[in-house]
Amino acid sequence: MSGTGQLSIQNAGKIYDPEGIHMIALEGVSLEIKAGEFCVVVGPSGCGKTTLLNAIAGFDQLTDGQISMDEQLLASPGKKLLPGPDRIVVFQHGALFPWKTVMWNVTCGPLKQGRMKSVEAKEKARELLARVGLQGIEDQFPEGLSGGQKRRVEIIRALMNDPKVLLLDEPFRALDALTKSVVQEHLLELFDFSPKTVFFITHDLEEAIFLADRVAVMTTRPGTIKKIVAVDLPRPRDYRILTSERFVEHKVELGEAIHEEAKKAFEAGERELA
Amino acid sequence: MQRLLTNIRIRQGLFGVACFFLAWYLLVDLFGVWRFREMPKLVVGIKEWLSLDPVFGVSLFTAEYYTHIWASIYRVLSAFFVATVAGIAIGILMGWRRIFFGLTFPILEVLRPIPILAWIPLAIILMPGRELPIIALTFLAAFFVTILNTLLGVRAIDRDYFRAAESLGFSQLQTLSHVIIPGALPYIFVGLQIAMGACWFSLVAAEILSGSAGLGYKVWETYYYVQFPTMVSTMATLGFFGYISSALVRVVGNRLMRWREKILAGT
Repeated sequence: MSGTGQLSIQNAGKIYDPEGIHMIALEGVSLEIKAGEFCVVVGPSGCGKTTLLNAIAGFDQLTDGQISMDEQLLASPGKKLLPGPDRIVVFQHGALFPWKTVMWNVTCGPLKQGRMKSVEAKEKARELLARVGLQGIEDQFPEGLSGGQKRRVEIIRALMNDPKVLLLDEPFRALDALTKSVVQEHLLELFDFSPKTVFFITHDLEEAIFLADRVAVMTTRPGTIKKIVAVDLPRPRDYRILTSERFVEHKVELGEAIHEEAKKAFEAGERELA
Repeated sequence: MQRLLTNIRIRQGLFGVACFFLAWYLLVDLFGVWRFREMPKLVVGIKEWLSLDPVFGVSLFTAEYYTHIWASIYRVLSAFFVATVAGIAIGILMGWRRIFFGLTFPILEVLRPIPILAWIPLAIILMPGRELPIIALTFLAAFFVTILNTLLGVRAIDRDYFRAAESLGFSQLQTLSHVIIPGALPYIFVGLQIAMGACWFSLVAAEILSGSAGLGYKVWETYYYVQFPTMVSTMATLGFFGYISSALVRVVGNRLMRWREKILAGT
């Protein structure tokens, strides 16, 4: 694979409907993500996290600043690079094709791109599925799977493309707490197994600290980076780390910043309703 | 469990039909209630339908009966087939390509509300022979329904599926065959069920006015010649084949959409 997946976001801005309501979603967002780094962005709902992710993925255009990957320009105003398998997204509400089997879903990327033979792709898919405890579901349709299973399958579908960057948009939002902790561990296991640059967004602080090398806190609208904290918890991590002293310290450090923003977002919401 | 359920359904259905016939028998044959006494008696109708030598010339055992059935089925099937192929193709193009939608939607919305009966003269002028105008009229309503439902089906596909396909490196053609068509299928099949009904509806209207055979034609012919028992049995035959054809559409739909846990209503 060429390139290593170093992401550089410089002064990114996004204004929706500049002529009309002029909603500033992002303003002056700068963030450097090293190759192979697990970076988590935390922020209240509606702070522009998804807008930023969509710009990296190539789904949406910026109105200011630029994003580049491995020195190559990805997005800037007026320029929209097409989405591609080097930056695969795992969607908030899940986007496994419900009319295709699990095996079809996970192997379709490399097969459609012509990067693998069918036998090879299936073998790799089985190996990855087994790694997260999902053997034997290859011929099922996504509808028959549990929420946690679907999320794992979708992450594997992304990894099958050997992307430079994995983009995850609150992927575990709809899961219950117990399922969530298991799937988080599985994600970390896959990450340790084949390190990739990961850009993960969430509004759950514990999830952020548990997963990340670095956590970036985003402000509420207009979204900008408020604080970046390097998480120095050793890998591999498991659930026991959640009660460790260092984890709690991180939580305190970040918690205040996030709570402030959450309050602002809440008050802004109240104002809008009033 | 599944078998028991369908079994109960079947039994309920048969019971409902039995009640219907009983009511007919009581209202018409036995008591001759006001206005109902103008209806053909149930017993007379059934006797005529099952007769080897029917009074009015048509029964289960006469060749003419099957001539009419076959004429109607042939028209419905050919019209439905063309409406399905053309309607799905146009509907997908409209949902997929903005420019095609812009060009065609106003025309569609103007043509669509024109009732089938209003099309009859034009169809007769435009089409040669007797058969083609009938098939064209049978096709028309089904065609519009199929276009509209296919269009809605494509529109209803979650944007994330398109984004996922783009990310995964699908070509346009691969997106069409693996995202758009299967994604729109649930709506398409709802549309096809309605289209099948529209076919029978329009068929009868067309046959009444310009046919020389067919079940719709026969209904009116028997009315003119005051052969009411045959008229009613022909109507029942129309209903029966309408039911069977809709059920077939559902069966095909369920087979193609095994990934869905929810099945189309009524099967």
